[in-house]
Amino acid sequence: METPELTGNRMKKYLEGGKRFDGRGVEEYREMIIETGVSANAEGSARVKLGKTEVLVGIKMGVGEPYPDSQDKGNLMVTAELLPLSSSRYENGPPKFPAIELGRVTDRIIRESKFIELNKLVIKEGEKVWTVFVDIYSINDDGNLLDAAGIGAIAALKTAKIPKYDEKEGKVLFGEWTTKNIPLSKETPISITLHKIGNRFVVDPTLEEEDIAETRLTIGRTKDNISSMQKGNPQPISIEDLHKAIDLSEKMYTEVFKRIEKVVK
Amino acid sequence: MANKEFVRDDGRKFDELRPMTAKVGVVPNADGSAMFSFGKTIAIAAVYGPKELHPRNQRDPAKGTLRCNYNMLSFSVEDRIRPGPSRRSTEISKITEWALGPVVMIDEYPNMVIDVHIQIIQASASTRCAGINAAAMALAHAGIPMKSIVSSVSVGKLDKQLILDVNKYEDSVFDEGEGATDIPITFTSDEKITHFQLDGKISNEQLKEVIEMARKARKEIYEVQKKALKEALN
Amino acid sequence: MNERKIVIPGETIVKGKEFLPGEGTEKRGDEIVALRYGLAEEYNNLAKVIPLSGVYQPRRGNIIIGKVEELTFNGWVIDIGTAERAFLPLTEVPRYVDKNGLHEVIDVGEMAVAKIWGINARGIDLSIKSRGLGKIDEGLLFKINPNKVPRVIGKEGSMIKLIKDETGCNITVGQNGWIWIKGEKIENELYAKRAIIFVTEKSFMSGLTEELKKWFTENKK
Repeated sequence: METPELTGNRMKKYLEGGKRFDGRGVEEYREMIIETGVSANAEGSARVKLGKTEVLVGIKMGVGEPYPDSQDKGNLMVTAELLPLSSSRYENGPPKFPAIELGRVTDRIIRESKFIELNKLVIKEGEKVWTVFVDIYSINDDGNLLDAAGIGAIAALKTAKIPKYDEKEGKVLFGEWTTKNIPLSKETPISITLHKIGNRFVVDPTLEEEDIAETRLTIGRTKDNISSMQKGNPQPISIEDLHKAIDLSEKMYTEVFKRIEKVVK
Repeated sequence: MANKEFVRDDGRKFDELRPMTAKVGVVPNADGSAMFSFGKTIAIAAVYGPKELHPRNQRDPAKGTLRCNYNMLSFSVEDRIRPGPSRRSTEISKITEWALGPVVMIDEYPNMVIDVHIQIIQASASTRCAGINAAAMALAHAGIPMKSIVSSVSVGKLDKQLILDVNKYEDSVFDEGEGATDIPITFTSDEKITHFQLDGKISNEQLKEVIEMARKARKEIYEVQKKALKEALN
Repeated sequence: MNERKIVIPGETIVKGKEFLPGEGTEKRGDEIVALRYGLAEEYNNLAKVIPLSGVYQPRRGNIIIGKVEELTFNGWVIDIGTAERAFLPLTEVPRYVDKNGLHEVIDVGEMAVAKIWGINARGIDLSIKSRGLGKIDEGLLFKINPNKVPRVIGKEGSMIKLIKDETGCNITVGQNGWIWIKGEKIENELYAKRAIIFVTEKSFMSGLTEELKKWFTENKK
């Protein structure tokens, strides 16, 4: 059952004073736990927990043909599944919009920031390139899957090793790895999602808070630049609010970046 | 074994299980949930229900429906699996329903459904057994009335040697002499068999030994499942 | 009460011809065996299992809290967290309601406190005719595990009375796990919510009322 409207009204009123139901401030994340190397058969993997929310992200690589419009670049493919295991709100069957959006928003955070140096993933130009698969799964949804997925993808990519490749046979030797990491840019992109509830922006919403939020804004950014954005939910947002959100995302970046670095170093 | 000395690639004795871990409550949103692992094979299961069954025309007024859904994460194996169901996962889902069906007292829930979702996080053979073990714990954890829980294990035959709890090498690499045979079996707590599969080649006599080997292992697995369920409340 | 221990389905609780099977158990030979996961209790030769998990099992006379899903020509369909459909008929409302005016009493999406007065093959029948029942128009609502409701209420309502007294809030505990709190300030309501969550998390502890008293002195609003 979705959050009752009455509870929503209480939450909004309480937020006017800058307070959240679980005692957090508006710019405070829940307990964040990032673990890497959680699935031994993946090239890289991460588990991210934000309070009760949990996602698993895995990196696999394969060799294939480049896309016609990028003959000199490797490929990136990001998919997300909202498992029915993770919430009574999800069902079996073809992916619905929220799963598709989760995959696409995470894809753009990685792609548009040029985080993976795809031009270094070419085996033979125009013929053979590496494909990097980033697969995201929800394990328990208690809100903010967008940021959990974004953080998980980055942590998994940073710790992934490229598998061995037999050039003669043209085959990937799955289960055997080189010591090489996936070539990544120095700047780390991070997903910062802000939800507007009443007259406030909050970070890292619980499911209850997501239910009552009017607007959602996901900002994919590095320390200095923004390279992808997505406004969700149908309500409009004012220009002043957008300015506020941009500034807030910069502040949050530093905090989340520190947490990721601590784990992947 | 014929004449030469046979050694398992991970150094285990022939009748030795891999180290097991088990835990309940791993998916807080679910009505019941559990994790079970045999060595590097890790399964999680979540139960939702009993709840209203949709679509309506699938409802059974005489008893409830147990619906299992087994899947592997794309990166749980070395060679990436495309997301979505496959023929293999569809079959294992059904086998899992049959393995659990005899103990779940589904008659108490006419017209309703109990959903059991199983995901393999990391695979090194015997994934269906780990999945069934996790599912049995998750159903108990969800408060579903059951005659008992079930425990599942695979026995293999490599060339002529019987081995307990097949691992990845033994399942997919070994190819000497008579080759590899895989026999996953599931037991109730009073040692009735609710699931039995076999792929390979084996004599009548040796198959009877297989059943005995699995029966002994069942107790060990059961103890691990029971302990995890009991610890969850302390 | 003799002793309490955690049992799993299929596990023998007690052996002996003199014992009788209570809820959540069955007799196999001269053994009483658990059919559910929970706390085994044995009293006057009767053994039973107190479940600690599972969905809400509706019972006649239960006070529940639910959300209106649909208005029909003769009443309200209400989601109370059960697989069976729960229905509040027009005839179980304490005043005359015009067939076109159902939404004025309780509209879709709104919450209500109701009583179960009948369970049959069609589903669950609800009533809001008694005092304290009806639409909820203000306050804080949240859900707990329905198996913990007896602990939150306490013996003869002692636990919930303590929470009401300490927080100054009105609290209605639905047997289906939904809880409605109404206080003077949101702070008070959240204080009561935290106390209730504390009880659900420590529900296996003995002497819980004393523990909660301690909690109240250690945790101020």
